[in-house]
Amino acid sequence: MTVQLTDNRRVIYRRPDALQDKSTHYCPGCGHGIVHRLVAELFDEMKLTGRTIGVGSVGCSVFAYEYFKTDFVESPHGRAPAVATGVRRVQPDKFVFTYQGDGDLAAIGTAEIVHAAARGENITAIFVNNGIYGMTGGQMAPTTLLGQKTTSSPLGRDPVLAGYPVPITEMLALVPGTAYAARGSVATPQLVGRAKSLLKRAFELQEAKAGFTIVEILSNCPVGWGMTAPASMEHVEKDVIGTYPLGVLVDRAKAGPESK
Amino acid sequence: MQHGTIVAGFGGQGILFCGHVLAQAALIEGREVSWMPSYGPEMRGGTAYCTVIVSDRPIGSPMVDAADSAIVLNPPSLAKFEPVIARGGLIVVNSSLVEAIPARTDIESLLLPCTQIAREAGDDLLVSMVALGGLIARRPIVGQDSVHAALRDLLSGKKAHLIEADSAAFERGYAAGMRGSTQELDNRVLVDVWR
Amino acid sequence: MSAMATTQLAPKRVLMKGNEAMAEAAIQAGCDAYFGYPITPQAEILELMARRMPEEGRVFIQAESELGAINMALGAAATGARVLVSSSSPGISLMAEGMSYMAGSEVPMVLINVMRGGPGLGSIGPSQSDYFQAVKGHGHGDYKVPVLAPASIAEAVALMADAFELAERYRTPVIVLADGTLGQAMEPVSPAYRDPARLQTDWNLTSTNGEREPRVVRSLHLRPEELQEHNTHLQAKFAQIAEREVRFATERIEDADIVIVAYGTAARIARTAMERGRSKGLRIGIFRPITLWPFPTAELVAATEGKRGILTVELSSGQMVEDVRLAIEGRLPVHFLGRQGGVLPSPNEVLEACRKMVAP
Repeated sequence: MTVQLTDNRRVIYRRPDALQDKSTHYCPGCGHGIVHRLVAELFDEMKLTGRTIGVGSVGCSVFAYEYFKTDFVESPHGRAPAVATGVRRVQPDKFVFTYQGDGDLAAIGTAEIVHAAARGENITAIFVNNGIYGMTGGQMAPTTLLGQKTTSSPLGRDPVLAGYPVPITEMLALVPGTAYAARGSVATPQLVGRAKSLLKRAFELQEAKAGFTIVEILSNCPVGWGMTAPASMEHVEKDVIGTYPLGVLVDRAKAGPESK
Repeated sequence: MQHGTIVAGFGGQGILFCGHVLAQAALIEGREVSWMPSYGPEMRGGTAYCTVIVSDRPIGSPMVDAADSAIVLNPPSLAKFEPVIARGGLIVVNSSLVEAIPARTDIESLLLPCTQIAREAGDDLLVSMVALGGLIARRPIVGQDSVHAALRDLLSGKKAHLIEADSAAFERGYAAGMRGSTQELDNRVLVDVWR
Repeated sequence: MSAMATTQLAPKRVLMKGNEAMAEAAIQAGCDAYFGYPITPQAEILELMARRMPEEGRVFIQAESELGAINMALGAAATGARVLVSSSSPGISLMAEGMSYMAGSEVPMVLINVMRGGPGLGSIGPSQSDYFQAVKGHGHGDYKVPVLAPASIAEAVALMADAFELAERYRTPVIVLADGTLGQAMEPVSPAYRDPARLQTDWNLTSTNGEREPRVVRSLHLRPEELQEHNTHLQAKFAQIAEREVRFATERIEDADIVIVAYGTAARIARTAMERGRSKGLRIGIFRPITLWPFPTAELVAATEGKRGILTVELSSGQMVEDVRLAIEGRLPVHFLGRQGGVLPSPNEVLEACRKMVAP
């Protein structure tokens, strides 16, 4: 969407061209909308939209194909990295990304994400972690914090019964095929800007065919957590980041090829 | 005409290769043929076998319930396959390794010291080619020339240096099979080459 | 015995192992990408592809699992690439998920199942116990996929090109259903390969290049009415396939009293039984479905009219026999002979079962 302005007013905020002119199905206050926007802004800035094939997942972001102006293929739950592998190998000049939640990527899809990373597939996984299965009604996820109450951990996550939160992005950072692994958040405006720069670096490295790239974005689920939107963002900032520290976990391109 | 053969022995005795040579020879002659291996864990060290059917018409079952002939290169194979040979069929026994003599009185048994002949030909590993020579001497399923041509087909490239030894081993087995004298022992038809 | 004279009749035939022949035929049929995972008795397909696909500059990946393989196939095929996947029974079970998604999102792809004994880990012996799984839909949801069942290695080679053609013509996964015997045996093959013409497509993902609206390949239709409409469309397609694509073969059926219905390796065993029976005056014929779905229902009814009875022979406890009985609808006695777990019935067992059918 191009906005024509005749006077000297300046457009400082508008929908990125890479997003469809549609209302999303996301709940009010959900961080997915912010992440979609960041991705779309980068598609505009890096002129990627026309070359991109998106790979969907199952969970709250299952309808992502409704919102991006790119070709899109749906995946079975957790299999997006395998589907993206197939796409990218036969279309080596395209930009290929997966958009996955924490249940999809860190539970049912662990084998697929680990081996896509191990093969150093030139794809970018955009991993939105809100510590809960939102779509199915707020059940415990692999990333749910210790003590956190969900509909399937009604007394709070007990590590004796349900194990510990999975630091999947740290695990993926260990794999030599991973060119870049980073964790950001959309909990505050400042962090939103930082998250965008992490995504940008990942996209650039995919364009350079450096290998597998993943950016985890800590987000919220006001409905599933039983909080207001501001309280949920505050919770991310105050509590979730404590379990999942922000930052670049590995950037092998920067470290030089010998680290690979 | 249809002829079903079983080749059996230890993994490493060239069992599957021997069957492949026979199958390739039949192919060269423009015949219908199928080759069916035992597969899976058996491949890795135990008794291996394969079934080769050569025919002048389309082949039905690729397995045989009554084999027209069999090559048995080790003792377990004799026990396993002697019972499945058709009446009037032939069993080629590697008498270097198999002390027992087939008990069947309705089949022909060629007692051929295959390992010993292979050793004389230069390598124990040629054992199955010696046995194939013996088989073809008694049952001309395919022509000798076809066997030599099959060896040239299958041992191409890096393995070409093996053709000569394999062909020679086949010929030694063939000659031994031809000169074996038929004896009767307790109504059994034995063709004893050496004893 | 001197058959040397016939040498010139078929000079180009080569001996090929079933698994390798199917893999090479797929390559010659223009397969762009192969994804697989090791499992007996089909590992030779993976191994041949590992060597040959890079030689041809095409895509080969040994996946982390059959789940990985089938979903890589989904991704590659969604772009319009010609894609092959292969496995054997336990691995095929893992692929049920991806097959359902591909059927739902109408993605063409060819899957070879070199069947082994089940259930569970079962055995590695030849089996036909995945018939139900193959012809009744494999994964969840209301769908079917064409299932081609070769009975010889030469036929398997020919069917590979046909499978890609069917897959692309109808935008559907296609299963080539073989068994351990066909995978492991060697038989003569005439390398008369075929590379089917590519169709014009307007659904596959190639990225918009800013020149068209985005395309989405998906099976999700959350509104029940929308999904019903999609399913109605799928069913119409299946009806069209059933109408047009039935394949079968018969042998000596005209004067037969007894018709053996069998596919794949079981049909080969039946042929030997038929020859033995005929030599003893027992008039046996064979009806061999080549498409297991669509099943040659009307053709079987027509071929068996006025016969004394049908014997269905399978390497299973009795799966296809249900479709035979559905087709025959009580018009004739339908008997069954099966062996399970990797055991093959002997031709004489089949013959004996036929003899019992005509015994007073």
